[in-house]
Amino acid sequence: MSGHEAHQGHDCAGIFAELSGYLDGELTPEAGRELEEHLCGCPPCVEFLQSLRLTVDLCHELQPGAEPRPLTAEARGRLLDACKKMLESRGAV
Amino acid sequence: MASSGKEAEVDLARQLAAGNLAVFDDFVASFRTRLFQYSLLVCGHREDAEEVAQDTLLKVFENFGQLREPERVRPWVFRIARNACLMKRRKSVFAPAQELSLDELMPAVAQDGRERRLEIADWSKLPEDQVLRGELQRVLQDSISALPDIYKTVLLLRDVEELSTGETAGILEVSEDVVKTRLHRARLSLRQSLDGYLRGRAGRGGET
Repeated sequence: MSGHEAHQGHDCAGIFAELSGYLDGELTPEAGRELEEHLCGCPPCVEFLQSLRLTVDLCHELQPGAEPRPLTAEARGRLLDACKKMLESRGAV
Repeated sequence: MASSGKEAEVDLARQLAAGNLAVFDDFVASFRTRLFQYSLLVCGHREDAEEVAQDTLLKVFENFGQLREPERVRPWVFRIARNACLMKRRKSVFAPAQELSLDELMPAVAQDGRERRLEIADWSKLPEDQVLRGELQRVLQDSISALPDIYKTVLLLRDVEELSTGETAGILEVSEDVVKTRLHRARLSLRQSLDGYLRGRAGRGGET
C-alpha cells in the first residue's frame, strides 16, 4: 500500500499534505482546527507528525559536515580592501 | 544553529553600515562557515564551496550600500550566495528538474490485528538521546546532499538558515506556494531517510 489514507475512516492523505503548513503555523485557522480535530482521533498521524517535527528540529541544529580552510592572508586582504572601499564611498571613514 | 546567530549578524551589519571597520573580521567569521556549508551542500565540491563563500563575501562588501535594512542581512547575503552557486554549478542548468512524489514519501501501513499502524521507526527516544542525534546529523547531511536541487535550496534556506517563506520565495524567485510545496516534500524525504536509518539501527540492536 502506498499510503496511509483512510485509517479509521479519516482522510489521512489530505492531512498528510498539510503537516508542514501546520508545523510552520501557516494554515488558515479553519484548516488548522480541522487538522487538530483529525489528530485527536488518529494516533498514527500524531506519531508521523512528531517524526516530521523532529526532522525539522535536526535541520535547525545542522552542524557543518566540514569546515572551510582558514582564510588566507591574501583572501582576507581582498575582502578588507572591498570593505574599506565601501566604507569610504559611503563617507563612513 | 541558525537562529542563535541572527541577532549578532544584524548587530554586525548595523555597525558596519555605521562605518565601524573593527567588526570586519567578526562579520566575515559569522557568515563564512555558514556560506561554506550552504555552498558545499548545493555545489557538492569543497573547492567550489570555498570560492562561493569568498565570492559572496566580496560581493557583499562591494554592494553593501544596497542593503537597506540591516535586519534583513541574512536573506540579502543568501540571495548573493544563491547566485554565486548558480554561476559555479558544474552540472548543466538545463538538466531536467527531478520531482519528489508525495505518494512515495508516505509511510506504509501495516495491519496489526484489528489495529492499523504506520510502518515507521520509534522516534520517541530522539529528543533526549544526544548520541543518536549526533548519528542522525551525519545521515541528515548525506540526505540533504542527495535531494534534487529545487528541493535542496528551499530546505537549506527555510530549515537550516531559518529564513521565512517570503524571504525564500524572494531569493528563489518563485511563489510562496511553490516554496511551501517544495519544503514539505524535502522534509518528507529527509524524514524518510532518517526513519530508514532508525529502523536499521533498531534492527541491528543499536537502540539505547
